[in-house]
Amino acid sequence: MTAGAHAVGADIALAHGLTREEYARVVTLLGRAPNLTELGIFSAMWSEHCSYKSSRKWLRGLPTTAPWVICGPGENAGVIDIGDGQAVVFKMESHNHPSYIEPYQGAATGVGGILRDVFTMGARPIANLNCLRFGSPEHPKTRHLVNGVVAGIGGYGNCIGVPTVAGELTFDARYDGNILVNAMTVGVADAARIFYAKATGVGSPVVYVGSKTGRDGIHGAAMASAAFGDDTEEKRPTVQVGDPFTEKLLLEACLELMATDSIVGIQDMGAAGLTSSAVEMAAKGEGGIELDLDQVPVRETGMTPYEIMLSESQERMLMVLRPGAEESARRIFEKWELDFAVIGSNSATRWSATCR
Amino acid sequence: MVFPGSNCDRDVAVAIEQASGRPPAMVWHRETDLPAVDLIVLPGGFAYGDYLRAGAMAARSPVMAEVVRRAEDGVAVLGLCNGFQILTECGLLPGVLMRNRDLRFLCKDVTLRVESADSPFTGRYAAGQILRMPIAHNDGNYFVGDEVIDRLEGEGRVAFRYCAADGSTDESQAPNGARHSIAGLFNQRRTVLGLMPHPERAADPALGGVDGRLLFDSLVEALS
Repeated sequence: MTAGAHAVGADIALAHGLTREEYARVVTLLGRAPNLTELGIFSAMWSEHCSYKSSRKWLRGLPTTAPWVICGPGENAGVIDIGDGQAVVFKMESHNHPSYIEPYQGAATGVGGILRDVFTMGARPIANLNCLRFGSPEHPKTRHLVNGVVAGIGGYGNCIGVPTVAGELTFDARYDGNILVNAMTVGVADAARIFYAKATGVGSPVVYVGSKTGRDGIHGAAMASAAFGDDTEEKRPTVQVGDPFTEKLLLEACLELMATDSIVGIQDMGAAGLTSSAVEMAAKGEGGIELDLDQVPVRETGMTPYEIMLSESQERMLMVLRPGAEESARRIFEKWELDFAVIGSNSATRWSATCR
Repeated sequence: MVFPGSNCDRDVAVAIEQASGRPPAMVWHRETDLPAVDLIVLPGGFAYGDYLRAGAMAARSPVMAEVVRRAEDGVAVLGLCNGFQILTECGLLPGVLMRNRDLRFLCKDVTLRVESADSPFTGRYAAGQILRMPIAHNDGNYFVGDEVIDRLEGEGRVAFRYCAADGSTDESQAPNGARHSIAGLFNQRRTVLGLMPHPERAADPALGGVDGRLLFDSLVEALS
């Protein structure tokens, strides 16, 4: 990214949740001060929500390898071989902060995100579960939070047609100011047909599918990593709003496309949206990615590159297709009345994400 | 029929194949022509996300003109849950399915009483038989005016009613507030059935019940 963009200083970086040390590292890596879009990308990717920088050492202690583990940590979801040529794909994720700010949408989009993670791997989701921690029943916020979170989890799963089969719930005063909302999805896939978020093949088309990109949820990832203060209400616009109907269409369209031989790599756009999906796919493929942001389907006019790269609009996917498969893929997504756009291609330049 | 947002289509296909030994044709809502069929099923789910009003947009899908034509020709049509809502929205059945009385989404097993075994859908049941089936809906509160409901009762068009474990019915006890505890309703010729509960979710012992299976067996027997 270059042209006409103005460099921003450490004060803007601090407002984005980066530390002074992290800002200095950005400057070293780029060899210059970042512009606003670049700073937004770094702050999202280096947020706790995307990088697990503080929880990584604890996660490392968990067992992740066994003969039946087809895919451990690092992909959209875990995959376990269950025999008979079948695999179980599962994902558990917290959506604590969004659910505290806006309980229905926060919890609903938490479910939406993990459902997407599971079908991104090629599995059909079959069950949802949850693990919830609320504050004391007497606390004035608790009733509002419980009602919203429970309705959000149930409502999203029900609309997409995936039942909530089990859950676990505890109330304790220590959660008064910080509830825990963990949701889990289980899916079933052919063990031989698992899809990964790996962008390989220089020049392969990068395709955007699903909903249009709006201004919702910008900097949700950074918000989800910050502490709550008196400005909790002001953070409401950083919570994404989900549409389970669109997700159901996206699920069916993706599974239909996966039954063909068109997909090289696929990654859902969750936290940090297009930024994290593009960067993670390129990194896993050990190459780079070039995006033409003018081709991204947008909901509003006049959206800036910063907004397009950091929007957390829900129900979107990024895919790398086999060259030549664009038109047959487009027909599937048009059948399901979803947006489909070729927005870039794989590049050979390692660790690079170039946006025009 | 598969509408965008249908989510019980695959379950019904399994139940039909189990009963008939043949997989049904899955028809996308944009089709304007249908293959020669003995039965059309409008499955449950959230056609068009239930936006505007449950079933309202699906009732105007391209394929529905042909579904209505076939129904008028006497082809059996079964609408389950969201499918029942579509049937009332497209006019094949009278009345409306309003928001549940308690304004809550209901997901539980209910007891039903078979009101009539004299139809292609219910031939393998006995009138008065008590069944257990799951419901899962927000809008299952069946309503029509006094004059129409008297006519429906007079014509014996109530197929199933919500009931207590002993088979007694009481409108105030219907889980969703449906008038006359109506859970399932025929058209005049009894070739169209709208049903809020999910027989396809009670068609295999692994699902916790088999009371819905006889509905599919009845159809296979009546239509073959």
